[in-house]
Amino acid sequence: MSDGLSEVSRTDGLPEESKGDSLYEELKAYEGLPAAEGGVGRDLVNEPMIRHWCEAMGDTNPAYSGPDAMAPPTMLQAWTMGGLGGHQGRSAAQEELFALLDKAGFSSVVATDCEQEYLRPLRAGDEITFEAVIESVSERKTTKLGTGHFVTTRMDVRANGEPAGTHRFRILKFAPARRTSKKESQKPARRPRPVVNRDNAGYWKGVEEHKVLIQRCTECSVLRFPWLPGCNSCGSAGWDTVEASGEGTVFSYVVMHHPPFPAFDPPYAVGLIELAEGVRMISNVVGVPHDEVRIGMPVHLEFLRVDEELEVPVFRPVDSVGRTA
Amino acid sequence: MSAVRTWAPGDELPPLKIQVTRTLIVAGAIASRDYQDVHHDAELAKAKGSPDIFMNILTTNGLVGRYITDHFGPGAVLRKVAIRLGAPNYPGDTMVLTGKVTSVEENTAQVAVVGANGIGKHVTGTVTVLIGGEAS
Repeated sequence: MSDGLSEVSRTDGLPEESKGDSLYEELKAYEGLPAAEGGVGRDLVNEPMIRHWCEAMGDTNPAYSGPDAMAPPTMLQAWTMGGLGGHQGRSAAQEELFALLDKAGFSSVVATDCEQEYLRPLRAGDEITFEAVIESVSERKTTKLGTGHFVTTRMDVRANGEPAGTHRFRILKFAPARRTSKKESQKPARRPRPVVNRDNAGYWKGVEEHKVLIQRCTECSVLRFPWLPGCNSCGSAGWDTVEASGEGTVFSYVVMHHPPFPAFDPPYAVGLIELAEGVRMISNVVGVPHDEVRIGMPVHLEFLRVDEELEVPVFRPVDSVGRTA
Repeated sequence: MSAVRTWAPGDELPPLKIQVTRTLIVAGAIASRDYQDVHHDAELAKAKGSPDIFMNILTTNGLVGRYITDHFGPGAVLRKVAIRLGAPNYPGDTMVLTGKVTSVEENTAQVAVVGANGIGKHVTGTVTVLIGGEAS
């Protein structure tokens, strides 16, 4: 189970590396500097924003509506947010710190901790002002999300000049971990490639030309499939080929449910097809639900283009009037 | 107050189930004035390595606050809310908030809160709440 940040290693196990981390030394210099100076809330505390918040949160607390309504205390940070208009009062130090982290590749942000203390209720009409300080910058840490630095800021929020609350906020500025497995699974999976060698190259050459070629012993004329270097009947290495007519019947079959293989979509029927010529080959039975494949079912050869490089022979049931279904 | 209700350490709050819908994530982000794209734009969230949009911390904070005041009633006043996030809240998941009173001193209770979703603990936190205190 992935538990995001709660299972995060908060020591990266590489103290030597961190000690010699010149970026960390640079980042550390920002501790104690202001993160926001002279910040002013974009809006006075107001009923519509309170109502929108309560609607979103599903919060029906009567204390948050009516003539003497207070704002939900947990809205504290919301009153300080810049919104689409950009950050209010963010300090040059904070901008520089973030630019340094961005430049080092730690461009993603996720909030990890929020600690708020509420000193007095906020009510409609209160004017919000705030100051914030960069409290700490962590050493480089490796988390499930990726590697980066935690930045903790502490904000003092005032309402009409009086202390209203404090807000400690920790974010992780990080470079996302490579999600290789995910990326690979997003690529469309391809069927496995056939292993083509000098003993079976002629067969695959035939498939390219939409033919199923059966080997025939030039000594005893026995047909064989799949292709082999010698005759199982007389041992002769001499052979030529016979092109299969394409007619066959299902000699046996299985339905694959599990495990799923990339590029295959279970359940599907794998048939052992007895060709009219007498040899048997393994292939898919297509064009019919997997649970309607039956032993003895007449089938006809066709070629399935799997991707731009690969075609494979498959078999489709023939209906009662002899046409392929 | 009509009836005096008392709370004691060890008391458990009834769980609150939150359906983490796309609407909740986006509405919470906008109501908290958080326009970070990872909270409303799935394409950009994916480009940043996240499988989908995810709930912002301000919404989680609001839900934790609501959970506590829903339980202790409109007379209760939040004093402190401290939360840490873990497994993200992605659309389609369900988060179940549970809470346990860890201490009660005079009118002030401390509650340990956990919000668990399908992939782990989304939030763990501690809330300090003034029970039945005046709202102003």
